[in-house]
Amino acid sequence: MADQTLPIPGSLGEEQQRAGMLEWLHSWVVTVDHKKLGILYIVYALFFLLVAGAEAIAMRIQLAVPNNHFLSPELFNEFFTMHGTTMVFLVGMTIIFGIGNYLVPLMIGARDMAFPRLNAFSFWLSAFGGLFLYFSFIGGFGLYGMGSAPDVTWWAYAPLTAKAFTPGHNTDYWAIALIVMGFGTLGAAINILATAFSMRCRGMTLMRMPLFVWLMVVTSGLTLITITPLTAAQVMLVIDRFLGGHFFDAQAGGAPVVWMHFFWIFGHPEVYVLILPAFGITSEVIPVFSRKAIFGYPAMVAASVGIAFVSTTVWAHHMFTVGMTSVGNTFFVLSTMMVGIPTGIKIFNWIATMWGGKIRFATPMLFCTAFLFQFLCAGLTGIMLSVAPWDWQLHNSYFVIAHFHYTLTGSFVFCIFAAIYYWYPKVTGRMLSETLGKWHFWLFLIGFHVTFDTMHFVGILGMPRSIYTYEADRGWNALNMVISLGGFIQAIAVLIFAWNLIYAYLRGKEAGNDPWDAWTLEWSTPSPPPAYNFAADPVVRSRRPLWDIKHPQDPDWKYER
Amino acid sequence: MWRRSSFSLIRSRLFSIFWLCLGALCAQAQGPQSTPSILAPASTPAKEIFGLSLFVLLITGTIFAVVGGLLTYVLIKFRARKSDTEHEPAQIYGSMQVELAWTVIPVLIVVVLFLTTARIIFAIQDAPKPKSALDVTVIGHQFWWEFRYPKLGIVTANELHIPASSAQAPTPTYLRLLSADVDHSFWVPQLGGKTDLIPNHPNEMWFDPQQPGLYLGQCAQFCGIEHAKMLIRVYVDTPDQFDAWVKNQQRAGAEDAAVAEGRRIFETEACANCHTVTGTSAHGTFGPDLTHLMSRATIASGAVDNTPANLRAWIEDPNQFKPGVLMPAMQLSDQQTDQLVAYLTTLH
Amino acid sequence: MSTVPVSAVPIFADENWRLPSRGRVGMLSLIVGESAIFTIFVVAYIYYIGRSLTGPSPKILDVPIFNTVCLLSSSITIILAEHAIKHGFMWRFAAWWALTMALGIEFLVGTGIEWKDLIVNQHFTISTNLFGTTFYSLVGLHATHVVVGMVGLSLVMLFTLTGRVKQEHAERIEVLALYWHFVDAVWVVVFTVVYIVGR
Repeated sequence: MADQTLPIPGSLGEEQQRAGMLEWLHSWVVTVDHKKLGILYIVYALFFLLVAGAEAIAMRIQLAVPNNHFLSPELFNEFFTMHGTTMVFLVGMTIIFGIGNYLVPLMIGARDMAFPRLNAFSFWLSAFGGLFLYFSFIGGFGLYGMGSAPDVTWWAYAPLTAKAFTPGHNTDYWAIALIVMGFGTLGAAINILATAFSMRCRGMTLMRMPLFVWLMVVTSGLTLITITPLTAAQVMLVIDRFLGGHFFDAQAGGAPVVWMHFFWIFGHPEVYVLILPAFGITSEVIPVFSRKAIFGYPAMVAASVGIAFVSTTVWAHHMFTVGMTSVGNTFFVLSTMMVGIPTGIKIFNWIATMWGGKIRFATPMLFCTAFLFQFLCAGLTGIMLSVAPWDWQLHNSYFVIAHFHYTLTGSFVFCIFAAIYYWYPKVTGRMLSETLGKWHFWLFLIGFHVTFDTMHFVGILGMPRSIYTYEADRGWNALNMVISLGGFIQAIAVLIFAWNLIYAYLRGKEAGNDPWDAWTLEWSTPSPPPAYNFAADPVVRSRRPLWDIKHPQDPDWKYER
Repeated sequence: MWRRSSFSLIRSRLFSIFWLCLGALCAQAQGPQSTPSILAPASTPAKEIFGLSLFVLLITGTIFAVVGGLLTYVLIKFRARKSDTEHEPAQIYGSMQVELAWTVIPVLIVVVLFLTTARIIFAIQDAPKPKSALDVTVIGHQFWWEFRYPKLGIVTANELHIPASSAQAPTPTYLRLLSADVDHSFWVPQLGGKTDLIPNHPNEMWFDPQQPGLYLGQCAQFCGIEHAKMLIRVYVDTPDQFDAWVKNQQRAGAEDAAVAEGRRIFETEACANCHTVTGTSAHGTFGPDLTHLMSRATIASGAVDNTPANLRAWIEDPNQFKPGVLMPAMQLSDQQTDQLVAYLTTLH
Repeated sequence: MSTVPVSAVPIFADENWRLPSRGRVGMLSLIVGESAIFTIFVVAYIYYIGRSLTGPSPKILDVPIFNTVCLLSSSITIILAEHAIKHGFMWRFAAWWALTMALGIEFLVGTGIEWKDLIVNQHFTISTNLFGTTFYSLVGLHATHVVVGMVGLSLVMLFTLTGRVKQEHAERIEVLALYWHFVDAVWVVVFTVVYIVGR
């Protein structure tokens, strides 16, 4: 308990805020305040969202027409490798840990994370990992005298990553950057777990934690056992490349298939590491905008833990085509399909939460609504891909690209947008513009569907992924043009969003403590929250402490179980 | 606003399913196509997968209609209205019975889907191999395909010839998949699913197309800079055509005194390090076997048509067709190149 | 929109509100993560047993029994140290702690001698064959953890000698000891896999 009232080093006093630019910058660099670090994480992720988005746009220009020469094959291969790596590690992972960093202590009534210094260390590790990765554009070929980013795909199957097939240092940049970021993520995950378990305010039992906190706990737990295998595999790759090891060297008896297993033992749960916090965001937004308590809280917690658990047994569904035995294939079909059960429970619970409510379609809720539809589709195409024989056809085709962009863009990114519209007032004290928000939402929704719905078809028509160009006679031309057009619509929407963020920061409407009339603890402090978060340590009796205060006649704790 | 949103979403999804079914029906009656669609299966494994996929599509489509419909209903029915009172709606915290009900239904669906899938997996992967099957060893290279017919003593590249199979005389083709360098994946959608070619990990797949013609596909696992131009052409021949093709392929390289100088260049320059022409001293194995180069319709793994002009351009600088390809520009004089091309064009 | 001062939250709290120590939760999380790293290396080791195409086989290894005894007994000495600090016997704590460190150093020196023999006398290195790659990386990964543990132990020793470690730090010492126990436990696995199953 004594830990919670420690003074927060690095936090800003009033007089300092008026100091010069340099001092302001310095305060951000040395900060150990969870809120500032959260903002750093988020800004960093949004910056790389723009970078990876630009890479995607360049690729779509290249693919808009067959036999195009907009990008050279080398550059195209670098771009899709960097797009994938950036989106997963620099955007996805950092933004969830940024939002988690900001919100978890506030939601559980704590004054900071369990280990503030470790928190800063984790962020800077991740940050430098990302910069290191992008430095490869300048230094990737080392002595060869020119830059070359990694170009081995983000799953980097051995033995393409061996020295013999990718000389130079671009793959080394990739591997080492991911090891560094892996340790950063590990630190962040440990911190979230320790915070959620050891820093809760009085009365905040585990089963009263907001669902977002629960989902961050599950995600962090999953991170512990999924990021580390990737780190281990990357260490092996580095040993192979620098020390002449033979882990994945087929000439010396090594097995490239072992890399595939290790990579996907990380790679599949990774998707859940990203999507679970998105579930958490939805589980906060939907109740508030439906004006109802979340339906089936214990079932939601159980389903989240269930998803995490099952997700660790499904990795080889990425490997149906590598020639596993029929029994092996059958096992992974079953385990993969089982993921559908807890996810189904979640969708039903969200619907039940809205049932009988009064749904307000503010921008955060719009994004969550679209998320529900898109996540439903993503789940169903996931079921299709889990059908191993069908996967033999669809694997590594554009259908797969469409499927995982439905989960990662249509679900994850939509939820991230919802989160930003929902919590931006808390973080900055200003409201984002609803008008611009609606423009952003509708344009992004249209662009998303134009692009990714079409991708399913071009995949069914036999177009494989990772190709920098295609033959003109394959019947893919018109579809590819449509996909590219959709990409531009999304880009415009994202620019509107960026403008909205900047404009609202400078000119936005004052938000007040609790603009959405919400129920979790973070809305009880001023916006933005002071460095110490809460003037007095809060005490709670239910999952919705603010509901209890607003409805003293009819508090939650009388009914909750 | 909300009304348009949910409605257009639903409508777009319905349209997509409609398109899919329509496409599927149209494709049923056709043979080889220039679009390698998985909806136009032309061999037993592809057809079994296609049938399974329709079943799965039916189930997932139904789930989409039910859940999506429910979602739309809730969004419309329970939207906030201007006429609403200020009161919060009744708070409901959950119900064990309801949770149980909507757990059991997905479980049942999963069981059905799983059993159906398992049956097809075993039907395709563990199908008994008939004695009359044709064996072909496929070796993936950066960025081309080597095809070896161990029982027929044939080595060729990029264009696979197989006999059409029929119900009376089944001659399925069994591919043994190997890799000389990195991972590749053999995918001809109309003939069947893909299978990876992985070093140190031999794989197998089979198909039995019945309709003769040209089936297209390409490498489906990123294998390096020119992965996009690692195309596959599968010629399904009638039994007679296939026999004639085999006879031709089994001959040694053509001898023609008129192009002796070109042949000498081929044997003495770097060509022979990587390419083979049987009957000459060229025994290289890094590049495609050129013994019957002119029997192939394309060069550079399907990237360009096999014409003397393209051949010449290719020898001068392969990078103009496939930037990053492993074959170096040969730096021959114009005269030497002409003689070399003249020689190569005799290799029927 | 209503604003709610947090002090208005009524006090109904359970007076026995207890939470697990954050140090312990953090260390246990770290151990879970580290276990996953070791699992991957152990799996790779086991998978590649007998798959080397050339070169020496695991038969060339000598079983490091003395090393193992030293490392495992350091777990006992660190428990005694924990016990001592909990009851405020600082000199006893320092003595046990020093002994733990000595055992740890012995283990590292022993590993160094083993590796020197393999590398210098038998010309068996990480790039010799698959066995070399998996052997050095697995044993080396563990040794790295011992080194990291030793750094932690040395810092505590330093602070003990300068008199800054007091009885109230018993819990932090316990957290560090937890890591040391983990390193020992992993050695049991590595030892079994490399020197018993793999040989």
